[in-house]
Amino acid sequence: MIRRLGVFAVSFWLSGAALFAFQAGTPNPSDTTGFEPVTSLPPGQQIPAAPYLLWAYGLIWIGVFFYAWSIWKRLGKVEQEMRALEKRRK
Amino acid sequence: MKKAFLPIAIVAAAMFAYAPIAIDNAPYQSTMLLIQKIFYFHVPSWVALTCALTVCGVASAIYLFKGSPEADRYAVAGAELTALFGLFGLASGMLWARKAWGIWWEWDARLTMAFMLELIFVGYLLVRKFGGPGAEKLAAGMGIFGAATAPFIYKSVDWWRTIHPKTSVVRTLDSPDNSPPMFHVLVFCMVAFVLLFLVLLSLRVRLEQQRAALDRLYLEEED
Amino acid sequence: MFIRTALLVLKKDFAIELKTGEMFYTTLLFAVATVMIFSFSFVKDGVPIEGTAAGIVWIAVLFAGNLALGRTFERERYGETIRALLLSPAPRAAVYVGKLLGIVLLMVAAEVLLVPMVAVLFQQPMFAQPALLIAVFLCGTIGFAAVGTLFAAMLLRVGTRAILLPIVLYPMTVPVIIAGVLGTSALLEETPNIPMARFWLALLVAYDVVFVVLSLWTFEPLMTE
Repeated sequence: MIRRLGVFAVSFWLSGAALFAFQAGTPNPSDTTGFEPVTSLPPGQQIPAAPYLLWAYGLIWIGVFFYAWSIWKRLGKVEQEMRALEKRRK
Repeated sequence: MKKAFLPIAIVAAAMFAYAPIAIDNAPYQSTMLLIQKIFYFHVPSWVALTCALTVCGVASAIYLFKGSPEADRYAVAGAELTALFGLFGLASGMLWARKAWGIWWEWDARLTMAFMLELIFVGYLLVRKFGGPGAEKLAAGMGIFGAATAPFIYKSVDWWRTIHPKTSVVRTLDSPDNSPPMFHVLVFCMVAFVLLFLVLLSLRVRLEQQRAALDRLYLEEED
Repeated sequence: MFIRTALLVLKKDFAIELKTGEMFYTTLLFAVATVMIFSFSFVKDGVPIEGTAAGIVWIAVLFAGNLALGRTFERERYGETIRALLLSPAPRAAVYVGKLLGIVLLMVAAEVLLVPMVAVLFQQPMFAQPALLIAVFLCGTIGFAAVGTLFAAMLLRVGTRAILLPIVLYPMTVPVIIAGVLGTSALLEETPNIPMARFWLALLVAYDVVFVVLSLWTFEPLMTE
């Protein structure tokens, strides 16, 4: 217990040292040259948004249903085995 | 947990059914227009991931120090759901990035660390599968460490210049016209995802519980 | 008692290393070979590719550390001495600290060799800010070794440990890798970017504190099998 408190005390002290060092500076934001804002490009060069949106939502929906279905299937198998065992016992 | 399961499942299903309507009614964000609407499923995926992560971390700690088998079941369910929701977040993020920034992927801090978090929990599942006897304890160790690394991942977006939108963007979501402000729709989707997480968690834990019951039956049979 | 046990474990490993030199020579040789291969690929006509030096030195150090981690508990398992270590009345965490110190010392030896080597081969001003450089390397090494020693101990009884150790270790230590590489490269710029380096150093220290404490805490339950 005392040892654990000692460990926590040391870690607090070290974290304080870390925070103190952190105060010393924050990172400089670098420039973003090379990036062109998407809306300033002519429409011919822009990528259509709708397919991506639909794919994103679609993948999530499919993923959820697939996962739920896989659990359901495994659960069904386990319960089937349990029923078989119970029947054998009787 | 059992009694609440059906109501939660129904509410979650209803919320998900309504979600496309809510999202459609939400105002367009000024610079990114339509593609920004991925945000309403992207951010809640990460919220659900954080929930799953917490469940896995806490359950792993309980299992490691107290040895409770129920905690182990919650740990494995939490880890699987972390991997699942992480996959959703990464997939939706990549599709959004492709449209908004023109690139599929960029090794900036938050994306990298999100990917690493995904790898950590896939590693958890691998250790679980290939760890031999006593793999549950090893996996529990991994779960605790994975959960401990997560704050470093979250904070990194504030500490490194990044092309990823900063976390503070969430608080500035308001709309000039009368459509439901983005913030409301976001919260709606977040709640929907958390409920979904609870539903999937209880299903997965039930699977583990039934497996344990089956093992017990087999053991009784042998006597 | 705790510190004595840790130092005894360290002394034992050190004595074995002094006699056989098994881990020491192989690890250092591997690290040197790695840096040589990188210098063949990335230095054209005496001019290195911009910004690669920091990453290369860290890759070499971490690969060397990975090799050392693989061996450190393997030796115990092979000689069946792990049971003796676990049965001894010493606190288990002291065994962990002893192993950790051994790995840190080995990785520091690798760094002492590799940093001047990269400074020469890649013509980088490695020693412009010696104090900060040493701090970054030391904290990064401790962070990596802390998590690595725990995982190496954890995977001791697993058949596929040689494959699983890198798979589970590298994602977990990505904060260390990123902070170490970026901190080092901040120091290698034309005018060393001191605030940036101190910032990444702070992250490394925070990571070290959290994960050393976590490892000390979880070593005992994880090694009871």
